Amino acid sequence: MAKLKDLASMEDRLVPGHGMCLGCGIPLIFKIILRATEDPIIIANATGCLEVCTTIFPRTSWNMTWMHSAFENAASTIAGVEAMYKALKMKGRIPQDKKIKFLGVGGDGATYDIGLQALSGTVERGHDIVYICYDNNAYANTGGQRSSATPLGASASTSPAGTQSPGKLQRRKDLTKILVAHNIPYVAQASPGRWKDLYNKAKKAFEIEGPAFLNVLCVCPTEWKYDESQGVRLLQTALDTCVWPLYEVENGKYKINYKPKEKKPVLEWLKPQGRFRHLFKEENTWVLEKFQKQVDEDWEELNKLALY
Amino acid sequence: MRKETWKELTIGTINLDAGNSVKNLTGTWRSGKKPQFIEEHCIQCFFCWLYCPHFAILVEDGEVKGINYDYCTGCGMCSVECPTKEKAIVMVEEEAELAEGSGK
Ligand SMILES: Cc1ncc(C[n+]2csc(CCOP(=O)(O)OP(=O)(O)O)c2C)c(N)n1
Ligand code: SF4
Ligand code: SF4
Ligand code: SF4
Ligand SMILES: [Mg+2]
Repeated sequence: MAKLKDLASMEDRLVPGHGMCLGCGIPLIFKIILRATEDPIIIANATGCLEVCTTIFPRTSWNMTWMHSAFENAASTIAGVEAMYKALKMKGRIPQDKKIKFLGVGGDGATYDIGLQALSGTVERGHDIVYICYDNNAYANTGGQRSSATPLGASASTSPAGTQSPGKLQRRKDLTKILVAHNIPYVAQASPGRWKDLYNKAKKAFEIEGPAFLNVLCVCPTEWKYDESQGVRLLQTALDTCVWPLYEVENGKYKINYKPKEKKPVLEWLKPQGRFRHLFKEENTWVLEKFQKQVDEDWEELNKLALY
Repeated sequence: MRKETWKELTIGTINLDAGNSVKNLTGTWRSGKKPQFIEEHCIQCFFCWLYCPHFAILVEDGEVKGINYDYCTGCGMCSVECPTKEKAIVMVEEEAELAEGSGK
């Protein structure tokens, strides 16, 4: 098993000088993932905070081959690169033993919403790629519009809380399960707050032949409105409240990777975040109750799925 | 200095200078607080390295040696996550130096 000390001595494929906010969760995720293989990696990155903040012209924070992709098609872009690699290998223009990993990356807006069709097609066709969604629950780079990953009751710029509304009225879409329904070799949910788990999942995803998908929770102090020093605490709370369970589905078989000793009430997750502040007004108690009920039901369902 | 024009750009604006963002010193964003490393308290767990979003923890010869203030934005994550009883990273006040020409 990898040790942090050893990971720290590996070469940085993502380097300092990027423009992500103070306390941003994105770099924590990619610091680990990009170390989970020794092979060269090619990335196709849909626009969003990671893409924009690492490539403000004429600078780049990528010490590796990296491609900008439009908002909607990072999965198609990386599928095309992978197909080209196979073709060139067949023609003998790339040596047979040359290994390259292909990584598609997008935020929740790029993945749950506008790029879902491209992603669905890519994994259905069986490309040997890994796709990572970093889910910060909003279109963060353009000012925090709601996405289908934004949780029930969160105030976002296009689902603002006010006298007439308790924030977003819909629950979040369960994208991980949608990917499971594609019957691909590997699907997992992870969090940078559990680095070993994230590392193992990324390693597995890179090694498995065929498409693999990771959905990774990403803290965003700017849009979630919490004290930016507390990001890792918050990641832990997401696990302990079962708001973001860690699990993996390998060839259809579910496994839960983290079970809290004592499941905490969702209030502990909601309280530190300004985007949920209005839920603590009396008239919005029903949203809190609904939120808790949905989390409980989802957790129960996941535990059932993991029995088989 | 002559300003570059589009004619100097590579086709597709391919950037061949991989990793040149190291010239952006994000340490200039810090305002009011900065982390201070106290070597005697450090148990070399590398959590600060793991959780620093701006890659500003100095690691030399396999050991955490301190903070790279060129990139540290002062977010405080390293200090919060430092697990020692007496913290090996504490946040301290930092007087902001105003850039020349400010205050007009
Ligand atoms: C077709 C299209 N629509 C809108 C945009 C503007 N846009 C750029 S980034 C972004 C939000 C990205 O959200 P997400 O994928 O969640 O990534 P995050 O910014 O949260 O990291 C939007 C709407 C665009 N570039 N292309
Ligand atoms: S807006 Fe959020 S996700 Fe985007 S860079 Fe800032 S903290 Fe990170
Ligand atoms: S304060 Fe933030 S940016 Fe500075 S070293 Fe600590 S974690 Fe890194
Ligand atoms: S987190 Fe604290 S104890 Fe651990 S390596 Fe960093 S400074 Fe040392
Ligand atoms: Mg997002």
